Amino acid sequence: MTAGGAPAGPPAGPPAGPPADAVVIEGLRKVFHSGLVAVDHLDLTIHRGEVFGLLGPNGSGKTTTIRMLCGLLTPTAGHASVVGHDVAREPEFIRTKIGYMSQRYGLYDDLTVYENLRFYATVYGLHGRARVERLDKHMEAIGLTSRRDQLAGTLSGGWKQRLALACATAHEPEMLFLDEPTAGVDPAARRAFWTSIYQLAQGGTTILVTTHYMDEAERCQRLAFLSRGHLIGLGTVKEILEHFHQPTIEDVFIELQERDEGAAA
Amino acid sequence: MSLITRLRESRFWPMLWKEFIQMRRDRLTLGLLTGLPAIQLILFGYAIQTDVRHLKTVVLDESRTAESRALVSVMINTGNFDLVGAVADRTALRNAIESGAASAALVIPPDYERNIKRGRTAEAQIIVDAADPQSSGSAISGAQLAALARGATIIAEHYRAPPPIDMRVRPWYNPEQRSAVFIVPGVIGILLTITMTLITSTAIVRERERGTLEQLIVTPIGKPSLMLGKLVPFMLVGFVQMTVVLVLGKLIFRIPTIGSFALLYVLTVPFIVASLGVGLLISTIARNQVQAMQVSFFFMLPNILLSGYIFPRVAMPVPAQWIGLLLPLTYYLTILRGILLKGIGIEQLWRPTLALTAFAALIFAISVRRFSKTIE
Ligand SMILES: Nc1ncnc2c1ncn2[C@@H]1O[C@H](COP(=O)(O)OP(=O)(O)O)[C@@H](O)[C@H]1O
Ligand SMILES: [Mg+2]
Repeated sequence: MTAGGAPAGPPAGPPAGPPADAVVIEGLRKVFHSGLVAVDHLDLTIHRGEVFGLLGPNGSGKTTTIRMLCGLLTPTAGHASVVGHDVAREPEFIRTKIGYMSQRYGLYDDLTVYENLRFYATVYGLHGRARVERLDKHMEAIGLTSRRDQLAGTLSGGWKQRLALACATAHEPEMLFLDEPTAGVDPAARRAFWTSIYQLAQGGTTILVTTHYMDEAERCQRLAFLSRGHLIGLGTVKEILEHFHQPTIEDVFIELQERDEGAAA
Repeated sequence: MSLITRLRESRFWPMLWKEFIQMRRDRLTLGLLTGLPAIQLILFGYAIQTDVRHLKTVVLDESRTAESRALVSVMINTGNFDLVGAVADRTALRNAIESGAASAALVIPPDYERNIKRGRTAEAQIIVDAADPQSSGSAISGAQLAALARGATIIAEHYRAPPPIDMRVRPWYNPEQRSAVFIVPGVIGILLTITMTLITSTAIVRERERGTLEQLIVTPIGKPSLMLGKLVPFMLVGFVQMTVVLVLGKLIFRIPTIGSFALLYVLTVPFIVASLGVGLLISTIARNQVQAMQVSFFFMLPNILLSGYIFPRVAMPVPAQWIGLLLPLTYYLTILRGILLKGIGIEQLWRPTLALTAFAALIFAISVRRFSKTIE
């Protein structure tokens, strides 16, 4: 089964003006110095305003893909453009338009909640009154006003995750990359988090999210399955279920993983 | 956008602001800032005494004459020997040295005065515990000088004439010949080397380990802002440390400070930049903070041994001298001692200044290049 064999879904999110595609990936490939091929022959398009899920077992190349899209890793071959600009040629421009929440959150443990937010907002170019207003708005939105002066290192997982999201979106990016944002977070916090994600999407932000939780996968408008660096399934939840003849996304995932392990053995 | 707005909105400022907050909350940095100068000063200022004087000395005087007593007093007057007692025979002498009760013994044979009176060469012996050549060196040369001086006096008395040569030694810059005067200015150099490399390499590796460097890199912050914001606070740390050592050195060790402080601080800039560059370079090699610390400490070894900090470079084998020429500290020590102890200016210091500046530019350029704005 290849990506070409999987059905391509129609755009599900509301298109927010041209260019219609937030991310266009063509033949993307990443080989690390060790010789390991982490991503290979990847073709993918993410439409504007979409909530797009990237699934796959550990080590399948999700993080590597996101890092190439954010300009953190240089692709070995192929092309990718984000919000209409080429990642290899205009990484600095793209950086002003995207937000990225890494698997490790990227918060400074020895800065307070407010200091973290203020730091990232300023680095993203907010100053003066606009910054104060934006920060106050975000502090309230994430419900962290009462923890304003608490060190980020002393926050629980759920609060860290909210703060990280606030830091990644302080500059109101057009495109948001979320790498396993809900790993190790309790169910209530996960639900609250998805509410925020939908709010952002309604505001026109395109979102690429990787996850391990199948209930979360089902909240995405379209999904892509990665296995050992290859795209092995693409489409809406309904299309994917029909295509793989499985009752739930979890069953699809397990089947794909078993196939994957069989191929590796 | 006007230049002033551009400057005010530069992404260098949030970086600088963040570093200062983190530094204020980091025990290691605060410790390095205040504790390390004090420890280094005490360790190196007090403990390293290359000028060993006042060796405990016993006398075996088998002559027991006016001449033999005169020789003993000449020896004592050199300041190299402290008389701790007389011994009766060779066995007692050996015991005294073996037990450590004495490190030197003066032996004057029975025929000492008789030989002098008859115009023959009189023999005497000084036995020195030379297991540690550092500490016995000045004793040996002191004994030889004392004997020569006594001999000259005897001859002069014999011919009833003044001694033909009167050599007076004038030790410039360090008249009391205290090793602290030599060592303490060097403490500034060694301290800056360790702090700048350690603090820079661990700070950057820490950001990488915690994933915040990755987060920083996806922001629009430029490489110059990122690096300057990180390094400028460390440079200030360096100047604070230097000031602490200068003040303590003056108060505790009475270090002369003859030259221009302004010149000293200005010429310290290239040295700090070179050391920050080394730290940056280490951060691009080390995989974690422990490695960064290990490499930083490893880098200290050649600096302590080969720069002329403790051991004079002129006494080193030629290959060791060459390696010393590759260390920025070697040049900085020349500048430090030159300004503080000799009070000389840029006219005499332009060579080491040039070398240091070249090093700073080179190391910094290499490490900035290696520190790319991707995470590979
Ligand atoms: N910097 C790197 N150097 C070498 N190999 C890497 C590096 N980063 C990731 N890998 C490898 O690439 C593969 C894909 O990793 P990753 O993209 O992190 O997968 P995922 O996010 O889907 O778990 C894994 O086998 C991983 O070990
Ligand atoms: Mg991952």
